[in-house]
Amino acid sequence: MSFDRIREKLNILADAAKYDVSCSSSGSNRKNTNKGLGNSTSMGICHTYTKDGRCVSLLKILLTNHCIFDCAYCVTRKSNDIKRAAFKVQEVVDLTINFYRRNYIEGLFLSSGIFKSADYTMERLVAVAKKLRLEENFNGYIHLKSIPGASDELMREAGLYADRLSVNIEIPTKEGLKKLAPDKKHDDFIKPMKKVKNEIIQYKSEKKIIKSTPKYAPAGQSTQMIIGASGETDMQIMYTSNYLYNKFDLKRVYYSGYIPVSYDKRLPMIGTEVPVLRENRLYQTDWLLRFYGFDVREILNPEHPDLDLDIDPKLSWALRNLHQFPVDVNKADKMMLARVPGLGMVSVHKILNARRFRNLNWEHLKTIGVKLNRAKYFITCNSRYFETRDYSASKLKDILVHNSTGKHKQAFTGQLALFT
Amino acid sequence: MYTTVTYDGSFDGFLTCVFEIYERRLSNIIIKSKHLFESELFGTHEHIITDNNKSKRVFDGLKKHISAKGCRMLYYAFLSELNGIENTMLSVITYTFKSKKNIISDYSHQDVLQLSKVVKKVGREKHRMEAFVRFQQTKDNMYFANIEPDFNVLPLIKSHFTKRYADQKWIIYDLKRKYGLFYKLESTEIITIDFDLNHSKKDWFTDDEKNYETLWKDYFESTNIEERINTKLHIQHVPKRYWKYLSEKQP
Ligand code: SF4
Repeated sequence: MSFDRIREKLNILADAAKYDVSCSSSGSNRKNTNKGLGNSTSMGICHTYTKDGRCVSLLKILLTNHCIFDCAYCVTRKSNDIKRAAFKVQEVVDLTINFYRRNYIEGLFLSSGIFKSADYTMERLVAVAKKLRLEENFNGYIHLKSIPGASDELMREAGLYADRLSVNIEIPTKEGLKKLAPDKKHDDFIKPMKKVKNEIIQYKSEKKIIKSTPKYAPAGQSTQMIIGASGETDMQIMYTSNYLYNKFDLKRVYYSGYIPVSYDKRLPMIGTEVPVLRENRLYQTDWLLRFYGFDVREILNPEHPDLDLDIDPKLSWALRNLHQFPVDVNKADKMMLARVPGLGMVSVHKILNARRFRNLNWEHLKTIGVKLNRAKYFITCNSRYFETRDYSASKLKDILVHNSTGKHKQAFTGQLALFT
Repeated sequence: MYTTVTYDGSFDGFLTCVFEIYERRLSNIIIKSKHLFESELFGTHEHIITDNNKSKRVFDGLKKHISAKGCRMLYYAFLSELNGIENTMLSVITYTFKSKKNIISDYSHQDVLQLSKVVKKVGREKHRMEAFVRFQQTKDNMYFANIEPDFNVLPLIKSHFTKRYADQKWIIYDLKRKYGLFYKLESTEIITIDFDLNHSKKDWFTDDEKNYETLWKDYFESTNIEERINTKLHIQHVPKRYWKYLSEKQP
């Protein structure tokens, strides 16, 4: 194969794939068997970072950017006048293996435009994964995109070779989808998700009985929603997200601020700023739901359909619920500590740990590295000094927004600031 | 008056010093690797010969109180090779034996806190090396990488690379400390090589090598989303001192 031709294809097909923000390589546990190549651990590795600070851990490409559909928000849409290219199955296999051997990547994230039909496309994606696993004895990470509308049989096979499967919802509401992606039906997304969920459950229960049952998509499934393309509210986004987490046991939902790629009247104009801060607030909310024990309705409801942009969602919740504060750091349980603005899970654990040795005062909290500039308004400890003034919510917000100079003000650093 | 005790630079050597300090009730001690020792005008000096039985007894004693995790933390800190780290470790060990409890997370003790900070730094360096090592394929089909880590992390990254790259021969060489790991399909061994780095490196590597480096660099470029650029965050994740390893960062 000619190097120049491969180079050109890679440039086109990596460029088209970059709008999918998911790049996680975590959550799997494939061991290196029979002295093969690679493994994947539950903690993925970021091998480098893009210039906007996102983790690069996978070779993320499209198999092809030919597409028979015309989704308005997508660069690959049929009506867009761009260069098209397609990889052969073997070319993707070679690139993956050679990148992996040089320690550039944790594995492959393969997606595709839809050419001919959903099944025809899905078949080729599966062929790449199968070759990597069976012919190259490759145990690194493989993430395959489920093509909406692909048959159950193909989805079953995909999960046997892939660590993670994902199908992107893209548009959070049914109405938005109808408007922007008329070729796609809501059901086409739901069907493969359901299939994969059921297979995961079935394989897991079989594995309990028969040890040799193969792994099925051990890193689970994820999806992505585009933010700010269809005029949806934060409540609509997070309720959809919540539904997907609960209904299909998704591992992750990704939020991707819409990057204007079209002059289409239905969409924000080219040059509109990417809603990076909003995206960050949604990730913070997502995190609160999954790890901090919040119910989505506490944070977003018809009275508060959108997240505050100037303060984070936990602080916003706390200001609406001042009657629950201050909490005593020496007595409060873990979940209540986690609700204190300014305390992350790391700080919570530091507190739980340190208070086994002694009753903590402000000095102790500082020495163990708990940041107090926010938290101090919401906690008490073993000290006679604490914030006794009874601030109103709006006054407190004022103080906190004012205090958070530098670091916090500029902290909308995409999902990375937060734990990907 | 201080006594400086020196050891051979190994972890066992350090633990042997601890054994002697307890056995002979020595006080006012400074522990130093013999490579860093310059005879001092004041105070006395004694060199301690490494004894694996003695070091094991100290290690087992520690493990009872601070568990394997605590022992691992001491080892990480040791590999930092920071000036004076031995005495911080000695202080933590003394505190352990005195309190007879698992004090490894008692951060209100100054040296425990100090130790944990160093451990964190070493841990971060370990992860960075696992991420930033870039192999180049040599003409005799070996995958070769240079590193110059701030801390002595080769012993810590050995297991990761051995598990992952089980079907290819590879070398990771620490240019600063002048030794490397060599995996030859069965086991990973420690090697030292005399190389002439002035010797044109180009001759070592395959023709494909250059192509893949170019493809990787192209790939890195195309992951950028112009509308989202954030250089400050980028540098926070990939500090400039690591750029020299990264083929995607070469001109
Ligand atoms: S089907 Fe997928 S690739 Fe094709 S236009 Fe729609 S979103 Fe883009």
